[in-house]
Amino acid sequence: MPPLEHVVLCREAQVSTLQSLFGERHHFSFPSIFIYGHTASGKTYVTQTLLKTLELPHVFVNCVECVTLRLLLEQILNKLSYLNASEGCSTEIICETFNDFVRLFKQITTVESLKTQTVYIVLDKAEYLRDMEANLLPGFLRLQELTDRNVTVIFLSEIIWEKFRPNTGCFEPFVLYFPDYSIGNLQKILSHDHPPEYSADFYAAYINILLGVFYTVCRDLKELRHLAALNFPKYCEPVVKGEAGERDTRKLWRNIEPHLKKAMQTVYLREISSSQWEKLQKEDTDPGQLKGLSAYTHVELPYYSKFILIAAYLASYNPARTDKRFFLKHHGKIKKTNFLKKHEKTSNHLLGPKSFPLDRLLAILYSIVDSRVAPTANIFSQITSLVTLQLLSLVGHDDQLDGPKYKCTVSLDFIRAIARTVNFDIIKYLYDFL
Amino acid sequence: MSNRKSKNNNLIHAECLLQVQRTLRERFCHQSPHGNLFGIQVQYKHLIELLKRTAIYGESNSVLIIGPRGSGKTLLINHALKELMEIEVSENVLQVHLNGLLQINDKIALKEITRQLNLENVVGDKVFGSFAENLSFLLDALRKVPIVEDLISFDYGNCFNFLWTFGDRISSCPVIFVLDEFDLFVHHKNQTLLYNLFDISQSAQTPVAVIGLTCRLDILELLEKRVKSRFSHRQIHLMNSFGFPQYIKIFKEQLSLPAEFPDKLFAEKWNENVQRLSEDRSVQEVLQKQFNVSKNLRSLHMLLMLALHRITASHPFMTSADLMEANQLCSMDSKANIVHGLSVLEICLIIAMKHLNDIYEEEPFNFQMVYNGF
Repeated sequence: MPPLEHVVLCREAQVSTLQSLFGERHHFSFPSIFIYGHTASGKTYVTQTLLKTLELPHVFVNCVECVTLRLLLEQILNKLSYLNASEGCSTEIICETFNDFVRLFKQITTVESLKTQTVYIVLDKAEYLRDMEANLLPGFLRLQELTDRNVTVIFLSEIIWEKFRPNTGCFEPFVLYFPDYSIGNLQKILSHDHPPEYSADFYAAYINILLGVFYTVCRDLKELRHLAALNFPKYCEPVVKGEAGERDTRKLWRNIEPHLKKAMQTVYLREISSSQWEKLQKEDTDPGQLKGLSAYTHVELPYYSKFILIAAYLASYNPARTDKRFFLKHHGKIKKTNFLKKHEKTSNHLLGPKSFPLDRLLAILYSIVDSRVAPTANIFSQITSLVTLQLLSLVGHDDQLDGPKYKCTVSLDFIRAIARTVNFDIIKYLYDFL
Repeated sequence: MSNRKSKNNNLIHAECLLQVQRTLRERFCHQSPHGNLFGIQVQYKHLIELLKRTAIYGESNSVLIIGPRGSGKTLLINHALKELMEIEVSENVLQVHLNGLLQINDKIALKEITRQLNLENVVGDKVFGSFAENLSFLLDALRKVPIVEDLISFDYGNCFNFLWTFGDRISSCPVIFVLDEFDLFVHHKNQTLLYNLFDISQSAQTPVAVIGLTCRLDILELLEKRVKSRFSHRQIHLMNSFGFPQYIKIFKEQLSLPAEFPDKLFAEKWNENVQRLSEDRSVQEVLQKQFNVSKNLRSLHMLLMLALHRITASHPFMTSADLMEANQLCSMDSKANIVHGLSVLEICLIIAMKHLNDIYEEEPFNFQMVYNGF
């Protein structure tokens, strides 16, 4: 196994702290350690590598997998019994409550191999523990005291400890912070996985350019690695084609820069998938407008469906009390005081669509359509097909046949395009644009 | 020649240091019961008196030990029980340790009591009508010390009146119930366990001592009326009532090696170093900062443990720099740390959110509004 410094980069301080905290095998350590840091700051990786390299008896559990208490406790106990089972496979352990867990844990750790050493239980994504039973987190923090054994529980999380603390207090763990990587560190780590065909300097220059474009936006190591892997072939293109040598940094930069900017709009925001991106690169033509997720062209709808959609949009984004003003032919005097917007700046458009009952939709529909529309089954089935197209969405239980509520889920640009096709000025009817 | 000598020295040093680490780690992390009691002598005397009365004279008692987290409640009770067990009269005293975190409802609690009293084979498959019946059955079973396990015809509903045909002593065994995290037991349905325990401690059936440990000062208000009336309202408060000079003394004592340490020479040097540290200005400042934040010994232990882990063969004695570094590690502001790691884009979003929060005074907002502000 290569020495620790080569496997784990840029984390020397944390590794040495952890190592000295663990101490010798038979020493007691903190009953609980809480490690926090950003995504992809190496918490899981460092802990796992350290425990494996030092060959300390440990159990690693990811709390995302454990939706029930039983799954979590049984996983820990089974992995623990697997640790000390030198012969074959032992039977699966059943454990329903934390009380049983403590009892069984005491039983399992009286085995010779585990009695003298510190056993480590690592709980990854520990923030999910807060949503489980209330006694679980305080129990694990005190596990050393409750079981009277040499055990240390390590919690890994992205959320700070202050958000974990229960109301009546608990046993405080030792809190360790994994700082984010600086730009120099990121450079070092990313340059580490350069493909063998090219020299390290070449790749390092590429990483430099990549970081320059993406560092202000994203510091997540996983994302950056993904982007580096995706865009590298494009970067190497001039070298492969023979247009530029490895050291013609300016040419390479000019080639790659617009490409990276495009990548930021599309691949980073997950507008198009990585495989689409790779295909695009191979084609090497200027694609014009990329068909991303957020720009879907409008769907062709039948005449009345368009009106239904417009009516739905109006119902969603206008408050119900203003319907009288917009849709009645003779609405009489409306007092000014009713009309002051509650908060000037929170327009309904920012708050999102509101739900409306079916009756209101039909009322608005009849008022905006010029000719007489009979309430045939046709209209209702068109409403349902709009729901299937996900232009409307059903709110509440779909068993309610007599009073269903809907919500309109299209954007303003979309509805304006549709309204234009039927010659309907929607802006006049929207409360926000009064 | 001198090289070998220094290497020998180093080896001895390393051995010593391992031993030092071992002793001190046990003291800080494991809360070994050999620790000294600082400033809680009065409470200790009170408690041990109580326990002795139960064990020796068969008097039933109940008491609540109340104190903030880390003020030494568990330490106190463990010490008291250890001393009690050393008295010869108390050889038949039974202990039942319950914890609010583990026994989350009364059924589990009762099973645990059965298990700890080793009466599982006696209870067998019997079905009891109520909690009270079950508990009295258990305590009755202790009344006559069982030598033979089989029972003559048992009638459901007569569990109070069955007789042992083989029994030697008629005296009852005193039972000490220690309920940790007492405030969690209060939330069980109808507080049945507490009701029954206090009931038994008031009636003269078996001598029991019920000791509750809790961190909530308002625990009495959480008890139901019927439970409260059966409780003897005896409370022992542990309030960390020592001042700063005593705190320094505690620091010195906690860090010094005990007299039984194998290498006397090293222990002396170590203790001298500790004495010097406790008089050092910067160390006192660090301790003052720690004392101002939290008086309890647990945080002191964490500080000392962090300073301890820097002790290696090349750095055998603790220095004030170690303590200052440890203090810094302890008092890091975690939110500031996290914000440090955000990208520029994320910080802009947070600024937009804070702006919205300030303008609209705590009204909820969603992503659209934040994006608009951005």
